[in-house]
Amino acid sequence: MDASLPAHMRPERSFQGFILALQRFWAEQGCVILQPYDMEMGAGTFHPATTLRALGPKPWNAAYVQPSRRPKDGRYGENPNRLQHYYQFQVIMKPSPPNLQELYLKSLAAIGIDSAVHDIRFVEDDWESPTLGAWGLGWECWCDGMEVSQFTYFQQVAGFECAPVAGELTYGLERLAMYVQGVDRVYDLNFNGREGDAKVTYGDVFLQAEREYSKHNFEVADTAMLFEQFKMAETACRKYLDAGWKDGKREAHLMALPAYDQCIKASHVFNLLDARGVISVTERQSYILRVRELAKACGDAWLHTEAGGAA
Amino acid sequence: MPDLLLELFSEEIPARMQAKAADDLRRLVTDKLVAEGLVYEGAKAFSTPRRLALTVHGIPARQPDLKTERRGPKVGAPDAAVQGFLKATGLKSLDEAKIQRDPKGDFYIGLIEKPGRDAIDVLAEILPVIIRTFPWPKSMRWGARSGKPGSLSWVRPLHAITATFGPETEEPDIVKFEVDGIATGQTTYGHRFMAPDAINVRRFEDYEAKLKAAKVILDPQARKGIIFADAKELTFAQGFELVEDQVLLDEVSGLVEWPVVMMGSFEAEYLAIPEEVIRATIRNNQKCFVVRDAKTGKLTNKFVLTANIEAADGGKVIVSGNERVIRPRLSDAKFFYETDLKTRLEDRLPKFEQIVFHEKLGTQAARIKRIERLAAEIAPLVGADVAKATRAAHLAKADLLTEVVGEFPEVQGLMGKYYALAQGEDASVAAACEEHYKPQGPTDRVPTEPVSVAVALADKLDTLVGFWAIDEKPTGSKDPYALRRAALGVIRLIAENALRLSLMKVAASALAGLSVKPADAAKLASDLLAFFADRLKVQLREQGARHDLVDAVFALGGQDDLLMIVRRVEALGKFLDSDDGKNLLAGTKRASNILSIEEKKDKRTFDGAPDAALYSLDEEKALAKAIGEVKVEASAAVAKEDFAAAMSAMAKLRPPVDAFFDKVRVNDDEAKVRENRLKLLNEIRSATRAVADFSKIEG
Repeated sequence: MDASLPAHMRPERSFQGFILALQRFWAEQGCVILQPYDMEMGAGTFHPATTLRALGPKPWNAAYVQPSRRPKDGRYGENPNRLQHYYQFQVIMKPSPPNLQELYLKSLAAIGIDSAVHDIRFVEDDWESPTLGAWGLGWECWCDGMEVSQFTYFQQVAGFECAPVAGELTYGLERLAMYVQGVDRVYDLNFNGREGDAKVTYGDVFLQAEREYSKHNFEVADTAMLFEQFKMAETACRKYLDAGWKDGKREAHLMALPAYDQCIKASHVFNLLDARGVISVTERQSYILRVRELAKACGDAWLHTEAGGAA
Repeated sequence: MPDLLLELFSEEIPARMQAKAADDLRRLVTDKLVAEGLVYEGAKAFSTPRRLALTVHGIPARQPDLKTERRGPKVGAPDAAVQGFLKATGLKSLDEAKIQRDPKGDFYIGLIEKPGRDAIDVLAEILPVIIRTFPWPKSMRWGARSGKPGSLSWVRPLHAITATFGPETEEPDIVKFEVDGIATGQTTYGHRFMAPDAINVRRFEDYEAKLKAAKVILDPQARKGIIFADAKELTFAQGFELVEDQVLLDEVSGLVEWPVVMMGSFEAEYLAIPEEVIRATIRNNQKCFVVRDAKTGKLTNKFVLTANIEAADGGKVIVSGNERVIRPRLSDAKFFYETDLKTRLEDRLPKFEQIVFHEKLGTQAARIKRIERLAAEIAPLVGADVAKATRAAHLAKADLLTEVVGEFPEVQGLMGKYYALAQGEDASVAAACEEHYKPQGPTDRVPTEPVSVAVALADKLDTLVGFWAIDEKPTGSKDPYALRRAALGVIRLIAENALRLSLMKVAASALAGLSVKPADAAKLASDLLAFFADRLKVQLREQGARHDLVDAVFALGGQDDLLMIVRRVEALGKFLDSDDGKNLLAGTKRASNILSIEEKKDKRTFDGAPDAALYSLDEEKALAKAIGEVKVEASAAVAKEDFAAAMSAMAKLRPPVDAFFDKVRVNDDEAKVRENRLKLLNEIRSATRAVADFSKIEG
């Protein structure tokens, strides 16, 4: 931890200071610090900076905050730690450096988690995303019995082998910050590190949003429209993928990113429909499969772009 | 003789894989050593979350020399053949070969001496192969090298390999090899947080000691011992008792290199949650042990955690951190439990209409209806109240839809019982909600309460008949619907409760309730019966009893009363252990053998009663008389289900059978006499069929 920081910027005092400390730490490790992707998505992994950049031979080191939307997890602001919108901090390093575990532990120190007094453990957790056609091996990282991060060595993304393998870290920011700040209710997190009248809490920022979106996600979201949107996104994705092949030949692709946006959109629309409870158990599987097919096709296109390593 | 020390140092190995990996490492290395002619004295393997280690001691420093002879061409053979021989044997000229004479002429013999290699060189060859092909259940690639094909796969990134070889008294050598850019050395590392520095090791003894000094207990058994002893002591000191849990202990010992046991607590209000749910919450999610009050035997609001470090503050932060995690978990569990209590079990049932049990067997709702109907039919046969059995079958699956079971599937059934009691169901109905799943395996408890027995049988038989009807039977190692377990459950329920019921009748009525109709209902029934026979054999074999007798009884046909089959098999087993039994079996077998030979010869059978007028010898008459008496006596005993008496009756056959074979020549010159004697032999066979088909018995 940086002792020169003003009190309101210290990671154990403020949520924003906490995020800034992580960004600063990973910037020091040579990561590009990106801003959140401007689309709704279920997890930081969906960001093209992870999903697509994990594919292909080119080195890539990045870190960013990604708002994650889990419509089903909304609790109308009533639950002390469940949210339909929360922040993930995502780090991706390709190829995975040999000291990634040490870097991770140092990043914990940077946000005030001292491994001399805390019990930090790497507990088996194999990661799989059926919608992204991706899997990897790694751990959930425990601090005093609490899961605070996911640590994954990507083996496959969008159905393609990762070569080389990328290491991915995902920090659940609210949960970690609650631990560091010592609060039991997410809405009590000190957001800006100020005290008294100047203090802004997580609840001040997000409680109303949690109530509104919970109502929207569970009760009101227009399902007929969403079903339509799913189809539109799926169709658009296919269309852009088809149109992106340079000269109509499957050698170089010119629109992998716009096509992948539609895949992200389809995935989020599916999550909304799922929260509304209008997708039956058997249909559920087929929707997941449809998104996976889009992700695979986008991965294929990406591998034919410059950043994807095509000549 | 020299010893090998091998350590594979990696990132954290999943706890569940460690023990097998250590064992695999020992087996693969020692097997290969033996195959290379290096017979060792002893080997032991160890694991921690970050390392696999192996010590093999007493390996000879060199392989023995190998001498082989190779036969070459004939003396005077063409030059090409001679050159080929010289090349293959490495001889410089034919002068170095011996000449050996055999009936076909003189041949050159080349003696090839393959000198044994140094063991360290052999190790340098076999170890990298074992590492590259190590049988992890799941492995992965990592780092820059994973960009190229053929990079090493390991359970998690492998960082260092220590491999030393040498005798006790000398400085050992490094076994030199490289795997995927990792060169062997003698450097390892201590505890990740407490002693992360490099350690130079020489051989197993200093390796283990230096690791201990660096806060790593290498031996998983030792770690388990520490955790268990400390946890017991810690709880005992406060008047509590540890709830022992071997599976959890195994797992926890695979999560730490330096176990530090501490106790935490939670709010007493959570003790209102059923104990099993508290335990499942704390155990599954937090890998902590729960604690009992030694006086009352009830859970207390304490838990035991195992940390991996001696914390600078004595563990205060760790304990309070764990408490902070357990609290919301228990709060969730309590919320789930209280929410569940607000809905009556029967009110959950309509939801089952939306849930498919199996594509071809319909919804869970349809299945529950079938089980209800079948339970009602079985109830009178097992002494259960029909209304209660029906009610229990109606409610037994409802807890699958509760929040608590959704969260902790292992408490299914048990929660059903709690919720049934809470809504005022009869105690036997509540018990059946839990017990109808039993017995889950060969050692699980068999329910005895008649309502539980009725529902347990109905549930299992519906499953068996259903999957038989859609032809989804277990094959080989594949039994996705656990049908073998269900059949064994039926057998144990019947045998241990001494129940009388016709399996065929119950199966037929289970079949009648299904919407799918199999092509051949009769064949289905006999197939299913054969499946039960197989399961019964497996069970008897596991108990060390004679399983071939099951076939001997089933071969009689029409046997579908499992209890009677079991009793008959038992009586038969006892009989065959006696001298009378052994001899009668031998006599019957002899009769059968003769008959089958003669039947083949004459292309006919020798059925039908023998003609008393054709008996010429006393032994014939005596046998015929004995058969007549024994048949009557044995059949009467069987009818009374007194199998011991039936067997005693059978015993009376032995002397006349023995005498017959002693004195009578079956294949008499006169055709009529021969035929009559063969018919008499056939009578022996048919007489024994009163109790079993002796031809199916081994020995």
